[in-house]
Amino acid sequence: MKYSIFSLLSQAFQGNKGWSTAWRDAQPKDEYDVIIVGGGGHGLATAHYLAKEHGLTNVAVLEKGYIGSGNVGRNTTIIRSNYLLPGNTPFYEWSLKLWEGLEQDINFNAMVSQRGVINLFHSDAQRDAFARRGNAMRLNGVDSELLDREQVRQIAPYLDFDNARFPVKGGLLQPRGGTVRHDAVAWGYARAASQRGVDICQNCEVTGVRIENGKIIGVETTKGFIRAKKVGFAAAGNSSRVAAMAGLRLPIESHVLQAFVSEGVKPLIDTVITFGAGHFYVSQSDKGGLVFGGDIDGYNSYAQRGSMPLVEHLMEEGVAMIPMLSRLRFLRSWGGIMDMSMDGSPIIDKTPIEGLYLNAGWCYGGFKATPASGWCFAHTIARDEPHKLNAAFRLDRFATGHLIDEKGQGATPNLH
Amino acid sequence: MRLNCPYCGTRSVNEFVPLGSASPKRPTLAEPIERWIDYVYFRDNIAGEHDEYFYHAMGCRSWLIVTRNTVTHEIIGTKIAREVAA
Repeated sequence: MKYSIFSLLSQAFQGNKGWSTAWRDAQPKDEYDVIIVGGGGHGLATAHYLAKEHGLTNVAVLEKGYIGSGNVGRNTTIIRSNYLLPGNTPFYEWSLKLWEGLEQDINFNAMVSQRGVINLFHSDAQRDAFARRGNAMRLNGVDSELLDREQVRQIAPYLDFDNARFPVKGGLLQPRGGTVRHDAVAWGYARAASQRGVDICQNCEVTGVRIENGKIIGVETTKGFIRAKKVGFAAAGNSSRVAAMAGLRLPIESHVLQAFVSEGVKPLIDTVITFGAGHFYVSQSDKGGLVFGGDIDGYNSYAQRGSMPLVEHLMEEGVAMIPMLSRLRFLRSWGGIMDMSMDGSPIIDKTPIEGLYLNAGWCYGGFKATPASGWCFAHTIARDEPHKLNAAFRLDRFATGHLIDEKGQGATPNLH
Repeated sequence: MRLNCPYCGTRSVNEFVPLGSASPKRPTLAEPIERWIDYVYFRDNIAGEHDEYFYHAMGCRSWLIVTRNTVTHEIIGTKIAREVAA
């Protein structure tokens, strides 16, 4: 069923009794051309683009829980492409372009809202760094504007401009950045892929991979062995565990990242704002809650829950930036498990095993990358070679020295 | 999460700085480049009992090796890194 104003009106007159389910909850067949391990945003997007761009429809997405139960539903829903380095900028810009056309492409309302993303700066040196970043973006055809203090004040008068420690000197604005309803991204891609014939198999955990003569022949699952010509891993958070089944060791550590939502309030913050003197980012959902997050907790974790010291740290940052937040109660917090890679950038590549492909290492930048990640991974799988947009996201770059380290932090995954 | 420092007793994790896995062993300069690449970049990334370095920055300033379950956050044991290295 195609969603449109006409289907909406027609259903309204029929008491909404005629809606069909959005996607088929499939049971796995014995054999597929391509199996995607992981039914998160990236895995579902990959399946969609495999079917749409490459005509591969004999495809299964295997998810150990239910779709959208992982990081695609655990982020702060921000999209942007304000990257500095050549390997990153064109990829994330392509992602933003795909976001802009996503709802028409998948015929699903994902509430893509280009409300702008402002990165605040608090010192002259930081202004220089942000001006450089903004110029790098413009050279790559990405929109960016350097705002002075008064321009920021017009957009966000509630900031603590004269904070003694962290005065607001201005901000780098990407007007096309914004937010997207993350659950709808999982559901929309699932529905679009399913309509093209992709099987989405929930509660089907991959427990092993079968490799013969250096070539993949299928995966063992809790629902039995499934044969496949090609297999793609898109299980960020658990990439190391999945890759270990194929005997691969990755340049990745798993860390927990917390996110929070406050009680609902009237329209207050109509953009996305990030604190420049720490790591705090906030936007307001359409329900009215402020959605915010910060840094990872810093130690390896697979627990999907964080600890209190970081909660306290985050609240301090929020109040330093927007003092009125101290009057707000926060409702919920949750944790997601991040693939923290050794240079802070992802991996979309072939592996040494024929027919096995890897999509991993998203750190906490995975959500905004969802469309381009799926698009590039689908290309890499279908053509058996990377697209030029993901050509830099190689698995062997750690050995060859071609790292993509936006923060210049070195091989310290908990600091990226 | 609270860590049991052998010198200071049970303290909030807030006082410690984590450094990650304590398993990689630094190769000697004579060893091949592959060993160095593995040491610097590649990790087992264990889901389960994990030996890891913590620095007691706001306490006795000792480097510790904490054995912790990365799935449950249960602390299994704490040792002083210097004594393990000796």
